[in-house]
Amino acid sequence: MRTLIYLFIGILLGITMFKSEAASWFRIYEMFKFESFHMYGIIGSALVTGIIVIKLIKIFKIKSLYGKRISFNPKEKSFSRYMFGGIIFGLGWALAGACPGPMFTLVGAGYFPIFIVIIASLFGTFLYGLLKKKLPH
Amino acid sequence: MNWIFEPWPWYFSGPMIAFIMFLLIMVGKNFGMSSNLRTLCTICGAGNKSDFFKFDWKSQKWNLIVVIGTIIGGFIGSYFLNADTAVTINSDTISNLKSLGFESAGTAYLPTELFDNGALLSIKNVFVLVIGGLLIGFGARYAGGCTSGHAISGLSNLQLPSLIAVIGFFIGGLTMIHFIFPIIF
Repeated sequence: MRTLIYLFIGILLGITMFKSEAASWFRIYEMFKFESFHMYGIIGSALVTGIIVIKLIKIFKIKSLYGKRISFNPKEKSFSRYMFGGIIFGLGWALAGACPGPMFTLVGAGYFPIFIVIIASLFGTFLYGLLKKKLPH
Repeated sequence: MNWIFEPWPWYFSGPMIAFIMFLLIMVGKNFGMSSNLRTLCTICGAGNKSDFFKFDWKSQKWNLIVVIGTIIGGFIGSYFLNADTAVTINSDTISNLKSLGFESAGTAYLPTELFDNGALLSIKNVFVLVIGGLLIGFGARYAGGCTSGHAISGLSNLQLPSLIAVIGFFIGGLTMIHFIFPIIF
């Protein structure tokens, strides 16, 4: 049952990524060119809704569907890892025109060259694991 | 029901993404796609090379199921819920892309110059996709999250680290498009 719920959420995410065109390389390019409001509208309205949703969950101490208390883990405090990691991610996001959600959406949509991006991103992740201790965090 | 076949407007798509985050929170999970890349590395045996990959990947199985769903969703979205795959971007962006050699701008979902199967015959294209993927995987893990984990989940929870990461995403993205693209293309 739980598996089906996760699958359903994923399907919803995949459809949304495709239909919103957030999975389109062109939309990412256009966003970084500041030539359309579309992507900013998506991220902005997701954020406004998300902030309200999380505030309401906290205020009303809403429990999860399984009756557990919902806790939000604060992210570790640091500057360098978020800034440097963020810049590296941003370079890749703009070049490949896809981030880790839409990457998989595009597999389903039948764009096979995206597999190269996915496999390379696995290597990138692996490389980070190897170099982790040498990087400023 | 015709709207479902048209590209979804931002004011529907954005709240929809927040709704997906809400659903994941309600089943006791969190919205973050790039951690799946680490899980997949672990499954492939990366734990032998680095402790970073030594963790019980089964605890992340739920997220891999979300990934499978995302693939199915992409299939449904493109084959059943789509009238026209052309993404109507700004006409200035189109002419700019055409001048860079992306003739498919304005007529396709992804640039055929990079994402058609035939595009793989060009070493340069494969190189672009490989470098893009490497940067995404490395950067997402270094920053501890990607667009979903930081820009959506983290910022929704008003996390300063996520704001730093998102500023980083944009510094990187803008540098790529405005300074590096004119060199590569």
